[in-house]
Amino acid sequence: MSERERVSTFILRNVRPLGGDAVDIAVTDGVITEIGEGLSGDEIVDGGGHLVLPGLVDLHTHLREPGREDAETVRTGSQAAALGGFTCVHAMANTDPVADTAGVVEQVYRLGVEHGYCDVQPVGAVTVGLAGERLAELGAMATSAAGVRVFSDDGKCVSDAVLMRRALEYVKAFDGVIAQHAQEPRLTEGAQMNEGPLSGELGLTGWPAVAEEAIIARDVLLAEHVGSRLHVCHLSTRGSVEIVRWAKSRGIDVTAEVTPHHLLLTDDLVRSYDPIYKVNPPLRSADDVAAVREGLADGTIDIVATDHAPHPMEDKECEWNVAAFGMLGLETALSVVQQTMVDTGAIGWDRVAEAMSAAPARIGRVSGHGRPLAVGEPANLVVYDPTARRTVEPAASASLSRNTPYAGLELPGRVVATFLRGRPTVLGGTLSPEGVLS
Amino acid sequence: MKSSHLLSAADLDRDDALRILDTAEELLSVAQRPIKKLPTLRGRTVVNLFFEDSTRTRISFEAAAKRLSADVINFSAKGSSVSKGESLKDTALTLQAMGADAVVIRHPASGAPHRLATSRWMSGAVVNAGDGMHEHPTQALLDAFTMCRHLGDLEGKSITIVGDVLHSRVARSNALLLHTLGADVTLVAPPTLLPVGVETWPVAHSYDLDANLEKADAVMMLRVQRERMNASYFPSAREYSRRFGLDTARMNRMPEHAIVMHPGPMNRGMEITADVADSPRSVIVEQVTNGVAVRMAVLYLLLGGAADADSPEGNA
Repeated sequence: MSERERVSTFILRNVRPLGGDAVDIAVTDGVITEIGEGLSGDEIVDGGGHLVLPGLVDLHTHLREPGREDAETVRTGSQAAALGGFTCVHAMANTDPVADTAGVVEQVYRLGVEHGYCDVQPVGAVTVGLAGERLAELGAMATSAAGVRVFSDDGKCVSDAVLMRRALEYVKAFDGVIAQHAQEPRLTEGAQMNEGPLSGELGLTGWPAVAEEAIIARDVLLAEHVGSRLHVCHLSTRGSVEIVRWAKSRGIDVTAEVTPHHLLLTDDLVRSYDPIYKVNPPLRSADDVAAVREGLADGTIDIVATDHAPHPMEDKECEWNVAAFGMLGLETALSVVQQTMVDTGAIGWDRVAEAMSAAPARIGRVSGHGRPLAVGEPANLVVYDPTARRTVEPAASASLSRNTPYAGLELPGRVVATFLRGRPTVLGGTLSPEGVLS
Repeated sequence: MKSSHLLSAADLDRDDALRILDTAEELLSVAQRPIKKLPTLRGRTVVNLFFEDSTRTRISFEAAAKRLSADVINFSAKGSSVSKGESLKDTALTLQAMGADAVVIRHPASGAPHRLATSRWMSGAVVNAGDGMHEHPTQALLDAFTMCRHLGDLEGKSITIVGDVLHSRVARSNALLLHTLGADVTLVAPPTLLPVGVETWPVAHSYDLDANLEKADAVMMLRVQRERMNASYFPSAREYSRRFGLDTARMNRMPEHAIVMHPGPMNRGMEITADVADSPRSVIVEQVTNGVAVRMAVLYLLLGGAADADSPEGNA
C-alpha cells in the first residue's frame, strides 16, 4: 500500500481500457501522461489485467448531511462512492436544512473537498424548502463556490406547471438543468407501491405509472416550448421510456436516468412486505424492467444514477406503510449494471462508460470527470474485475446505513481500485485511510 | 393446518378450510352448553394485539380463547407504549419475552401481521385479525361457516359481495376463501371502488347490483364510509344508496332461500336499510355467534391442539 502516499507519478500496469487490449497507463500529477505497452517507472500499480473505466459519476446521490448524519454523512457517503468506483457524486438537495441557498451548497461542497474520497457536487433545490411554492435563489447557488448546475426538488415533484416553466427558463442564464422527480402528487397520495394487480392483492395504496408519465409528458412539452434543458430523474415505466423516446425524436433537449434497482428488481418483492424493497418511484413490473433496459441500451435513457438513499435501521424495520422510501446503491451500481446490461449482451463497456461517467458529467456540467481515457485527461479511473463474484454483505458497506435490497445476493464484478486525479481512493478493493487524500 | 400462522385466506387450501369449518361446527355446540368451556388450551397464552379499535373482533377472539381455557392478554395500542412511538419490533420482542403462544393482531397497516410472522422477532403463531386494506381471514371463515349452515356445500353457489371492495379486507379474504370452496363470487361496486387488477382475481365483477340479485344464494353488503364521497369515489351518499344499497325491493328480487349478510358495523340507510338488516333473511347476528366458534377452531388448530387428538374434546 506504499503507493497511497506517493501518488504523484505512477504506472497503472496491465489494464484493459473499456475492456479492450491490455495497456499500461502512466499518471503524473493527476493527469494521464502516456498510454502504451511496456511503460516503465519507479512506482508501479498492478492492474491485474482488469478492466479500466473512467471514474464513475453519479447524478443522483443522497448524502443526508446536513441534518440526518445518523443515516449518512458526506464522509461515509463519499467513501461508499469511492468503493463503488465513483469519482464524482451529485448530492441531492433534500437535506435539513434544504440545500436551497449558497451557504448550504458551499458547506456540502467543502465537506467533499475536505474528505477527498470523491468530488461532491451539490444539487440545488428548485424551490425554497422543497415546498414547491417559489423559486430558491438558483443564481446565487450557480455562482457560489459550489458552482451548482443541477437543480432538483428530488423527493418531491415540481408539480406546479407555471413554477416548472419558470425554473426551466430561469436556469438557462447559467446553463443549468432542472432534474425533475416526476410524480403527480394528487395521483400518488398515500402511495406505497406500484399500482397493479399486486397492490390490489396486498392492500397497499397504488403508485400508478400514469403519475410519472403525465409529469414527464408535461415537462418535455414545457422544455420544448421554452427551449430549455430537462433531466428526468429515475424513470421507471415503459410509458416513460416511450415519452422520452418521442421527445428526443422531436429534438427536445431532454435527458433521462434509470436506477440500478429499476434495472434489476420487480414489484413481486413487495409480497414479503419487507420495507427494504420500499422505494420511490416504486419497483415496477417485469415488463417495465424490460422497457428501461431497452431504453438504456438504445440511448433513450442516457444514464444510470444510483438514487443512493440511506436510511437508519429503525426506518426500515417496521410496518410497510410507515417505512421510509429508498435504498442504498453506490457500492452495487456497477455490478448491477454489469449483470443486467453487460452480461446479458445488451450493451458493451463503452456504453457503460458513457452512461455512468461521460453522460452524467455532461448533464451535470462537471469538468474533469467523464473524460475519455486519453493522454492529457485527468486520471479519474476505476479498475474493475468483471470476472469476480461477491455476495452482498450489508454490514461490510462503508455507508452508515444498511438498507441494501441486494443483501445476500451474489452479484458479478468487484471494484479493485479507484483513482481521483491520480490519488487512489480505493486500492486492492479497500478504502485508502483517512487523511491521506485531503 | 399446513401453515403455522393464519395471515391470509390464501394460506388455506380446501382441506384446511373445511377442517376449520368442521371443527367450528363441533365447537359451536359448546356455546349451547351451560358451561361454555373446554380445557384444550390450558396453560397457553394468547395475546390480542390491537393497534386499531375493534371491540367486536377483540371480544370475539377473547371469548374464543377463554372458552378454550387459554390465558388471554389484551394489548391495546391505545394507552400503551405503542402510541408513544414504540415500534412493532419492540412490541413483538416484548410479547416473545412474555411467552406468547399466539398473537392475534389487528393493525391499520397492510402486511403488519406478515411482518410479525416472518421477521423472527417472535416465535408464536400469528393470526391476522384484520390488516389495513389487505385481509381479514377469520371474518371470511365465519362468513363461509354461516353460509354453509344455510346453503349447505358452497360448491357452485352464487355469492354477491357489494360495496367498497377497494378498501375492504373482508372482500379480499372472502373472494379468496369462497373461491377455494368452489363458490361463484361476483363483486359489485362502482368502478371507483374496485381495485386495479380485479380482473385477475378468481371472481367476477360487475357495476350493476340489480343484475346480480336474482341468481344470488347470498348477498353480502360491505360497509361504505360516507367520507369516501369526499375523495370522489362516488358523488353522494344518496346516489350510492340508490345504486348499490340493499333495500326491501331489491331483497324481494333475491331467491327465496337467499340470505343477507354484513360483516358489521353497518351504516344503516347507506349500504343497507333497517328493514333489510332486521329481516328474517338477514343472518347478521348469527355471523357474530359463529365468529366465536370459528375463532376457537382457528386457535385450536394453530396451537397444536390437533397434535394431541383429532377431536377438540379428545383431550378434554
